[in-house]
Amino acid sequence: MSESGRPLHVAVVGSGPSGFYAAEALLRSNLPFQVDMLERLPVPFGLVRSGVAPDHPKLKEVIRIYDRVARTPGFRFFGNVAVGDAVTVNELRGIYHGLIFACGAQTDRRMGIPGEDLPGSHTATEFVGWFNGHPDFRDRTFDLSREVAVIVGQGNVAADLCRILAKPVDELRTTDITEHALDALATSRVREIHVIGRRGPAQARFTPRELRELGEISDCLTLADSRDLQLNAESETELADPDNINSAKNCEMFRGFAANRETRCGRTLRFHFHLSPAAVLGEERVEGLRLERTRLRGPPFAQTTQPAGESMTLDCGLVFRSIGYRGVPIPGLPFDDRRGTIPHVAGRVNDGSMPLPGVYVTGWIKRGPSGVIGTNRADSVETVESLLADVPRLRAEEKPGGDALEELLTRRGVRAVDYRQWLSIDEAEIRRGRPRGKPREKFTRVRDMLACVDVAEDRQIREQDLRSSIDR
Amino acid sequence: MTHIVTDNCRLCRFTDCVTVCPVECFHADEERSYIDPEVCIDCGACVPVCPVKAIYDAADMPEDLDRWVAVNAERSAILPRVTAKQPELPTAAARRAELGY
Ligand SMILES: Cc1cc2nc3c(=O)[nH]c(=O)nc-3n(C[C@H](O)[C@H](O)[C@H](O)COP(=O)(O)OP(=O)(O)OC[C@H]3O[C@@H](n4cnc5c(N)ncnc54)[C@H](O)[C@@H]3O)c2cc1C
Ligand code: SF4
Ligand code: SF4
Repeated sequence: MSESGRPLHVAVVGSGPSGFYAAEALLRSNLPFQVDMLERLPVPFGLVRSGVAPDHPKLKEVIRIYDRVARTPGFRFFGNVAVGDAVTVNELRGIYHGLIFACGAQTDRRMGIPGEDLPGSHTATEFVGWFNGHPDFRDRTFDLSREVAVIVGQGNVAADLCRILAKPVDELRTTDITEHALDALATSRVREIHVIGRRGPAQARFTPRELRELGEISDCLTLADSRDLQLNAESETELADPDNINSAKNCEMFRGFAANRETRCGRTLRFHFHLSPAAVLGEERVEGLRLERTRLRGPPFAQTTQPAGESMTLDCGLVFRSIGYRGVPIPGLPFDDRRGTIPHVAGRVNDGSMPLPGVYVTGWIKRGPSGVIGTNRADSVETVESLLADVPRLRAEEKPGGDALEELLTRRGVRAVDYRQWLSIDEAEIRRGRPRGKPREKFTRVRDMLACVDVAEDRQIREQDLRSSIDR
Repeated sequence: MTHIVTDNCRLCRFTDCVTVCPVECFHADEERSYIDPEVCIDCGACVPVCPVKAIYDAADMPEDLDRWVAVNAERSAILPRVTAKQPELPTAAARRAELGY
């Protein structure tokens, strides 16, 4: 085979949006890439499956694009393979010409206040993972028997939490929300939901589309306090910027919420601003949240908060924090502990002291938890461009590629799930959802996912036997 | 609902929009880009990256731009898909300045 015809083996770690866009960009180049995607779970698609809210089904149609990538010749899926556990970074470097880490931001930022770990105080990740059927959170419990819940943070994930807590449960029944979450939500006694922002209404991070939805939940009254909505001159300057039109729209909607008259409704959703959590209160479990009033200081677009010297207590039974995500360090790779990401230069992993040739990053683990699904596409294209520029150097060494990985995994007794096997899980989930009028009923435990693959394989073997006996 | 490319997108083709669309639903002719409403998943990624603010969520588009709904649907159906950033048209900078961006 000619020098340029020899396959280039690349492993993509993580099967969320950034992993799939990286795989796509590699497979679209004119070079003979063999792309193996390694995913910790037996099922693909990262946060599109386990993050994006069940009542936003249209967004999940993006999976069609990833499915197309997965069916491209040269692509292989290795589900149920956790890098750092089943196989190390160094082993992968011996097997592949290039590694692209697309493993997302797997954990939440902490508030760093007393009482944060009391029962009843949770991260957004836990709750979202639970209602979306992520196996890591399958067995979490949330005590929905108290009337008041507080959500700390004002971005789109907080908005997702609000809708799931506030919507009449019947409106969720035809989504792909998991059955165990539906059961719990059906008996929920949560009536009041408070959404707390440290800064002002002009700094809330909702996109207007998400915020508008929060004003349109059936049988739910959405409120804000007009005194909270007065803006300082710096915030007015921010809103006047044409690049900041979203914030202007948000403020208009908050004013609408403040004008809502208090009528009888099943639930209320109330926005609060200029409040910073100081302590989660309670002995055995969450009984309240102490909040300190804040004031904005600094120039437009760089305003930070200062204590205003006044505090208050909000009685509540549940606290969710949704104040950002962090990546988790992977042994063998540098990590920026402050940002919670892997340091890089244009996608090449590099912390300034230790360049790692052939190792790249993309997506949330590269740039932090910002942007929407599509943002990852441009991000992965940038990373792949760096990799393509390095190809002459990368291909200097011979690498065995995916067959060697397969051998290693077999030797270790790691059971990898391939893309065809995922499709049988997919099919079974859709089948399980049908009688309930849901697009799918997810498997929520790894062992159930693997058992589903077994059943499908058995059936195929039996069908093949049957066919060959008929042929005979 | 869908997202709509409107009037401001003309003679520029910066196509920054295209680079972030997760489902590649942009189509283009010599002058403009159009969104295929059948494919767009309303993720909103393209809105902030358009340097001339041409793209709206149909749900909150100013009324005087309504005709662009039909234009996007019709043009995207017959024009080729664009999946990567194109070279800017030579008129792009002038257009941006004209619109005050
Ligand atoms: C709750 C929530 C709701 C969201 N809703 C929206 C929305 O409505 N619209 C929108 O546009 N965006 C939304 N986003 C943002 C969007 O999900 C992210 O932009 C995107 O998923 C980031 O992609 P990623 O590939 O970097 O990470 P992820 O999607 O997190 O994918 C990372 C993958 O890597 C795997 N992995 C991690 N570690 C390892 C390892 N060691 N070995 C192997 N595999 C590993 C993980 O299991 C996961 O599958 C939401 C995010 C969250 C958290
Ligand atoms: S809203 Fe999203 S899916 Fe629709 S055109 Fe823009 S980037 Fe593409
Ligand atoms: S970025 Fe804006 S102006 Fe440029 S092609 Fe896209 S829609 Fe048109």
